[in-house]
Amino acid sequence: MKRLHYLFKDRLAFLSLFIITSTLLAGIFAPWIAPNDPEEVHMELRFASVSWDYLLGNDHLGRCVLSRLIYGIRPSVLWVLVTLAISVGIGAIIGFISGYFKGKMDAFLMRVCDIMLSFPGYVMTLAIIGVLGVGLENILLAFVLMKWAWFARIIRTSVMQYSDAEYVKFSKALGAGSFSIMRKHIVPVSLPDIAVTSSSAFSSMILQLSGFSFLGLGVQAPHAEWGMMLNEARQVMFSRPEIMLAPGITTILFVSAVNFFTDALQVALDPKLMSIAKKKHRKGIFQKANLSRKEVA
Amino acid sequence: MSILQVSNLRIWDGITGEVLVPNSSFELKRESCLAIVGESGSGKSLTCRAIMKLNKKTIRQSGDILLNGVGLSQLAEDEMRRRRGKQLYMILQNGMRAFDPTSAIGVHIRDTLVRHYGWNRSEIVEKMKLAMQSVRLQDPVEIMNKYPHQLSGGMLQRVMISLAIVLEPDIIIADEPTSALDTVSKYEVMEQFVKLREKMGCAMIFVSHDLGAVRQLADEVLVMRNGSIVERGTASVLFSEAKHEYTRFLVSSHTELNEHFKRVIGGPAYVSR
Amino acid sequence: MLVVDRVDKFYRKGGLFSRERQQVLSNISFQYEQGECLGIIGESGCGKSTLGRLLLGIEKPERGSILLNGEELGRKGAGKGAISAVFQDYTSSINPYFTVEQAIMEALNMKSNNRKLKQSKVDYLLQHVGLDPSCRNKYPHELSGGQIQRVCIARAVATESPCILLDEAISSLDGSVQMQVLELLQKLKEHDRLGYIFITHDIRAAAYICDRVMIMRSGQVEEIVNIEHLSGVQSPYAKKMLQMIMA
Repeated sequence: MKRLHYLFKDRLAFLSLFIITSTLLAGIFAPWIAPNDPEEVHMELRFASVSWDYLLGNDHLGRCVLSRLIYGIRPSVLWVLVTLAISVGIGAIIGFISGYFKGKMDAFLMRVCDIMLSFPGYVMTLAIIGVLGVGLENILLAFVLMKWAWFARIIRTSVMQYSDAEYVKFSKALGAGSFSIMRKHIVPVSLPDIAVTSSSAFSSMILQLSGFSFLGLGVQAPHAEWGMMLNEARQVMFSRPEIMLAPGITTILFVSAVNFFTDALQVALDPKLMSIAKKKHRKGIFQKANLSRKEVA
Repeated sequence: MSILQVSNLRIWDGITGEVLVPNSSFELKRESCLAIVGESGSGKSLTCRAIMKLNKKTIRQSGDILLNGVGLSQLAEDEMRRRRGKQLYMILQNGMRAFDPTSAIGVHIRDTLVRHYGWNRSEIVEKMKLAMQSVRLQDPVEIMNKYPHQLSGGMLQRVMISLAIVLEPDIIIADEPTSALDTVSKYEVMEQFVKLREKMGCAMIFVSHDLGAVRQLADEVLVMRNGSIVERGTASVLFSEAKHEYTRFLVSSHTELNEHFKRVIGGPAYVSR
Repeated sequence: MLVVDRVDKFYRKGGLFSRERQQVLSNISFQYEQGECLGIIGESGCGKSTLGRLLLGIEKPERGSILLNGEELGRKGAGKGAISAVFQDYTSSINPYFTVEQAIMEALNMKSNNRKLKQSKVDYLLQHVGLDPSCRNKYPHELSGGQIQRVCIARAVATESPCILLDEAISSLDGSVQMQVLELLQKLKEHDRLGYIFITHDIRAAAYICDRVMIMRSGQVEEIVNIEHLSGVQSPYAKKMLQMIMA
């Protein structure tokens, strides 16, 4: 795994990794980190600005914005991450089986995917919630049910490309079993593709969750959630624009960090991109060295 | 009197600064065929693409390239585009990748001819029919309606040659045209190249690592290695009395296989000299 | 060692429910003795690569049988690994995420579990094919075509199979490099007593290294002939091919 050392060397990758891990840890340890109770209402402190007790000020109900942000990491980030992992996992299994074995199995699985994809996303989610009731768990279940088909299709396409390669043929000629070939050769090679699709899906899932919370179908008030905080701030957008800043900037920062991290991960895993990146680094160092030499001379 | 003059051509990688071709100078005389031989990585394809200014943006070049006395290095992109195809024509190695896989070949041909000559559809079909028949492609119209993956490598090469016949360029640059073909197709395509030279009398730069093809076609030969020209001379001299040891190595590898084959074919009666 | 008996192979054209078929191989029969070098020659599209895949056990024939050491090829595990392979496209012959060492280890892992033994075997194999052992940590994109093919040959030798199938293994290489790889194959044949099934379109390369040659055309066997009698081929197609080379 020495290739992953690149993630620590490249500054942008390291920064993104730092942002992601600190956010995840803050979400897990929220009760210990958050300075105040996120649901405690102080009507006398409505829209108060930054103070020592309330580091990011108070919202329209006098609740501490910082604590709400920290507690909001749990549904907005952690649970979405779990949902994404389950969805991608199911999609990956189906995609691998479909793309590697091809033939009738592939045709059947893709027809099932077609059926799942032909339902409009939002409508189906509403239907599932109508059956199961409102709440965070049901929204996430709906997400898993709707999204796996899309991942399955994309992963299947890249698996189909890679399973035609000569090194797979050689492994087959050696007598290796199908699952061992998939584990050794196809999973590592398609990991960058999966990572890139997952990261873009991640951002859209966070935003969709906030949309459903606005409709009252997801996270119920008074629980904290980034998207819901944004929607609450929308109502006072022109009179108190600063309320939007905290959840808005955190969302942008986190989603960007995820995107930059997946880019860096793709470079770290692929030896070809690694050597190009190393060359660019080296050149940067040489350029600096030349400049300093000129100055001295 | 030379139609193409390359002086002090230098090609380097813009990102790493690595120099790929340090200093190349050569000239191409009218109606003659210059062959550039060498192994992969010797810089032959880079040089050809540099003449047509088709290298990636990250690859930089410097030096003078004179085509009919006009300097190409200073030309703007649209001026250069007018010359590509009409004066400088390139035949590529892999026919399957040279054509657009999503449209039929006829579309690609028509676009090229309309851009350079502005003929209408029937004129194009007529001229292409004649050209394709002269390269021994049966059913020209049916071929123009096919997609690249439906035709074999040899046929695609012959389509490119027939397009050259119609365009009548001043220089044809053939970049390893027979390397991706099997023996029979190679034979047929080389036949067409010889005919093309005799009929059109254009100048040709023929890049290849296959010395057998070079022998059939070339007047002068440049031998490249690691970006530099190590030897140059007329084809007959090079094959018999090469001076540089790398050239001798290439020639001997080529003849060894042929000699062995002749011995096998000749049977016990053949006596090697 | 290998008996191929009246093998047919079709591919289904068209969609899932169409009955159209394209016949790629028809009525192929021949035998291959252990340790001999058999060449399979033909133009592009004559089905030789498909035949190669059938011999490796990657695909199954629609009709007819392929017997390896008496056992029918294709049953789970039976016969697989008896023939190893080197392919044409060297850009995808090695997993781009594997180093040279990992690629050869994959073949060695099938045979033994002793780590130290395997490490020294990798060194030995790399030297045996004419490569410097220091390139064991390089990735495929850092090597030239000739070097990659040598690594693939080392990998094929590592499986200790008595026979290696070479599917147009030298066709993508430069002329002088082709000669070097052919010499390497010759040396390995004498030193390790390997047999080859050499699929190519270039008769001269086949003549350099093979004992017997099978000429194919449009999915059928035209002629099988010993290399000494190559000049005396009977079929008109084979005669035409020879004439083209001599010109």
